[in-house]
Amino acid sequence: MATAVTPEAVEKVVFDALPQFGAEPSEITREATFEDLDVDSLDLAELSQIIEDEFGVQLKGDDVGKIKTVGDAIDLVVSRAG
Amino acid sequence: MPRPDGATALVTGASKGIGAAIAKALAADGWLVAVNYRSDEEGAQATVAAIEEQSGRAAAIHGDVVDADPGDLFAAAEEQLGPVLALVNNAGVRADNLAIQIDDDDWDKVLDTNLSAAFRLTKRALRPMLKARYGRVVNIASVVGPRANAGQANYAAAKAGLIGMTKTVAHEVARRGITVNAVAPGFIETDMTKDLAADVAQVVPARRAGKPEEVGAAVRFLASDDAAYVTGTTLYVDGGMSA
Repeated sequence: MATAVTPEAVEKVVFDALPQFGAEPSEITREATFEDLDVDSLDLAELSQIIEDEFGVQLKGDDVGKIKTVGDAIDLVVSRAG
Repeated sequence: MPRPDGATALVTGASKGIGAAIAKALAADGWLVAVNYRSDEEGAQATVAAIEEQSGRAAAIHGDVVDADPGDLFAAAEEQLGPVLALVNNAGVRADNLAIQIDDDDWDKVLDTNLSAAFRLTKRALRPMLKARYGRVVNIASVVGPRANAGQANYAAAKAGLIGMTKTVAHEVARRGITVNAVAPGFIETDMTKDLAADVAQVVPARRAGKPEEVGAAVRFLASDDAAYVTGTTLYVDGGMSA
């Protein structure tokens, strides 16, 4: 059963997931860019899978290509949940 | 990182021929094997029985790679065996004709089964492999594709496409401990080739057709932990034909 999509819930899942892609936990903020965190397209594709499994929200390749910051990703998930 | 316990290999089109030989070779190396078949249930069960006779574990998984939802095949394999961490895209068909006589159905059928289905299954296979930071994808291509063979423009296109796909996907996932390789068999003694020219010896330096087990051995190596640094490559099993 998918977890309810709230900005807080999404932020928690995203913040918890990013270290497994090599992001330094102390550097993870909404304003941080994925580039600064050394998180690349494969990492983001995996992050999309994690989000889909948790919230049932599907992010397409084109969506993911446009996001630059951690905040962008969280906002995108919330907006796609409609 | 070594192969996790309970790791399962899904081999498509494994009821006979090269697919069955691959399934047995992987089982002999310790993989649990999901033996996929489209219509030859008896053949698939015979492959499972042969594996179990050698103390291996296997299950026959029904599904047409063209129509079936990849998720269903993987779910069935995971339920009956274990996490699918190796995928062998072996299912293949031929519909030979000179290019000016290949109709749309024969083109589509060969491309769908041999290439598009392999892509869809690979995409689905990568999900658990990425999470596990471990995986093996082996695509069964052919000497035909890289090499011409009159009467097989559709098959050649699909097999050459498979090799191209192998290289790019290999690049994408290499750093996650997932290798993606192709095996390119030449003339191998199977049902699919029994109506082909008997004078194989004229064109093959080894002067004989290959055996399905010889293709199986190549796949076993590529799926093994010994091949962890081998990715994006094509291993020809063709008695020297392509050299």
